[in-house]
Amino acid sequence: MIRELRKIWKSCFIGLLWFLALLWPMTGINSDGTLTFARPLEIWLIVVVAAVVIMLIYSANKSGMLAPFTRPVQTAAGGLAGQAARLPIWVWLLVALGLAMFYPVIFTSRPAHDVAINVLIYISLGLGLNIVIGLAGMLDLGYIAFYGVGAYTYALLNVYLGFSFWTALPFAALFAAIAGCIIGYPTLRMRGDYLAIVTLAFGEIVRLILNNWMELTNGPNGVLGIDRPTMLVPTFDDGFGFEVISLRKLYMLYYVALALAVFTMLCVYRLNYSRIGRAWEAIREDETAAELMGVNTFLLKLLAYAMGAVFAGLAGAFFAGRMKFVSPESFTFLESAMVLCMVVLGGMASIPGIILGAAALVLMQEWFREFETYRMLVFGGCMVLMMLFRPAGLIPARRMGRRSEDDE
Amino acid sequence: MAEPILELVEVSASYGKIKALKEISLKVYPGEIVAMIGANGAGKSTTLMAICGIVPVQAGTIVYAGTPITTISAERLPVMGLCQVPEGRRIFPRLSVKENLILGGFYRTDKSAIDADIERVFSYFPVLKERLNQQGGTLSGGEQQILAIGRALMSRPKLLLLDEPSLGLAPMIVQKIFDIISEINTQEGVTILLVEQNANLALQASSRGYVLETGAVTMADTADALLANPKIRAAYLGE
Ligand SMILES: Nc1ncnc2c1ncn2[C@@H]1O[C@H](COP(=O)(O)OP(=O)(O)OP(=O)(O)O)[C@@H](O)[C@H]1O
Ligand SMILES: [Mg+2]
Repeated sequence: MIRELRKIWKSCFIGLLWFLALLWPMTGINSDGTLTFARPLEIWLIVVVAAVVIMLIYSANKSGMLAPFTRPVQTAAGGLAGQAARLPIWVWLLVALGLAMFYPVIFTSRPAHDVAINVLIYISLGLGLNIVIGLAGMLDLGYIAFYGVGAYTYALLNVYLGFSFWTALPFAALFAAIAGCIIGYPTLRMRGDYLAIVTLAFGEIVRLILNNWMELTNGPNGVLGIDRPTMLVPTFDDGFGFEVISLRKLYMLYYVALALAVFTMLCVYRLNYSRIGRAWEAIREDETAAELMGVNTFLLKLLAYAMGAVFAGLAGAFFAGRMKFVSPESFTFLESAMVLCMVVLGGMASIPGIILGAAALVLMQEWFREFETYRMLVFGGCMVLMMLFRPAGLIPARRMGRRSEDDE
Repeated sequence: MAEPILELVEVSASYGKIKALKEISLKVYPGEIVAMIGANGAGKSTTLMAICGIVPVQAGTIVYAGTPITTISAERLPVMGLCQVPEGRRIFPRLSVKENLILGGFYRTDKSAIDADIERVFSYFPVLKERLNQQGGTLSGGEQQILAIGRALMSRPKLLLLDEPSLGLAPMIVQKIFDIISEINTQEGVTILLVEQNANLALQASSRGYVLETGAVTMADTADALLANPKIRAAYLGE
């Protein structure tokens, strides 16, 4: 017991020293070349105090001193969890859907709607990427390229040919799928690290094409004046008819994003628990064995790329319609990395996990705006913590023959 | 004898510059159990992988049930009744036992027939029934081997290639697995090509055997003759 604690304190001490070594170059070197020591020391001391307090609580808890306080809380939580587990799953789904439906009524501010739409877009992206990474097990670092293809498809079809959002949507999905196949095809023979590098490069190639093809895409200046999504609304002005209205209000766009996210969820759920989903997982687990069992790994891997790209393409088209503007800047590697983080942090192959992961990361980015320059530092720290405490993701996929039970 | 169900004619294969198979020829007749023995690195696994289309064949032909399969891609073979239990079992570790079994019959879509076959596999391996929803990777080594064989049976094979089914298992379990192999052979009429390090057991279970040395067949005879051969006894039976 004592030995264990001493070990933990020791690693805490080393960790704090390491943190100081990391912190100083980041905060102590000014842009004009001068050095400061007071500021990093100040931040460091705050962290030290916080760490010591946390460690004291932790040690006390370990040695059982906090038992009188923690036990009642634990039993209460256990009871609550037990009650919650007894509710059938559809109740939860209904509650979630109801909350999502009334969200714009509860939160009426513009930023709240903006954030919610962002979350919904990233949910679509995360679930799409999950097909490639979580199910088929191929590390794709250029996923955001398909989002870009979808966005530019709608932008260009709309600006040049006057396509409406809804007519352009299938094309966005189609072109993204084609891009997925084109990028997927040469990478199919690769595994692991190599695949990651090649997809990363392909993602950059797509961004550079968008950036440099001046005549078509207007290069880094982007495409301006894209129409908002529209909707048919029944009118009774002169007789019964339909009127096309443009979705100007943000809360209307929220519902379009919600529909898109729900559509993605349903599709991914169906795919996940289908024969194809099972084959993807077999490929992820052991490609050669899957082939020996008669799984056409070539076709299925290509299909995984195409399906993943479809959802990114749909999300991209919506993104273009919502922003009324697209430029290559929105499709950088950082975005790919962000979506990847959502999938990994949320829990690979777990739909609720990825939803939570997307929400957590978008919200974290919003909250940490106050930290200005340290935003990414705090963000990274949070991710390290999340991975330390939930290595399999916030909500790990419930494997253990889940699908088999469903069959019965 | 009848037409062979599997025939390799001077098959060669290599990994880069390393020649792993040098003009291997062998025949397997319907209903037989044929053993293939040889030292580590002799090319036994490579032979099986070449038959299954995983390792590309450089020269020679492979004929299965009258059809040349030399260039057929791997995933089409289970449909034709040719399936392999690869070396080291290679089950899908994070999928449940049931999912592993279903994947064995991946090309099949008739759900009721698949369910019937799962029951049939359970009749051979009752232990799998208890573990139905357990992750494959959490099974014991012996259970995993059993699952790998069960998974292959799900494709209703006519010819089953077994690569070292005794690998890493206790003698008791090995004996049990060999009993089951014989049973599958006699009851279901599945022809078996058996690769083994445990030459004694393999030859006892088989009717004929091939000896592989550094990528070439150096001996081919009936199992009894091989068991009696002093060279074999010295090299592979440790006497
Ligand atoms: N993927 C590979 N890449 C390169 N060389 C390989 C590969 N697989 C096998 N080899 C080589 O081919 C030769 C034959 O290997 P193989 O696996 O067929 O032997 P084996 O007879 O099955 O041996 P064991 O009894 O140890 O399983 C060996 O020399 C091995 O090093
Ligand atoms: Mg081998």
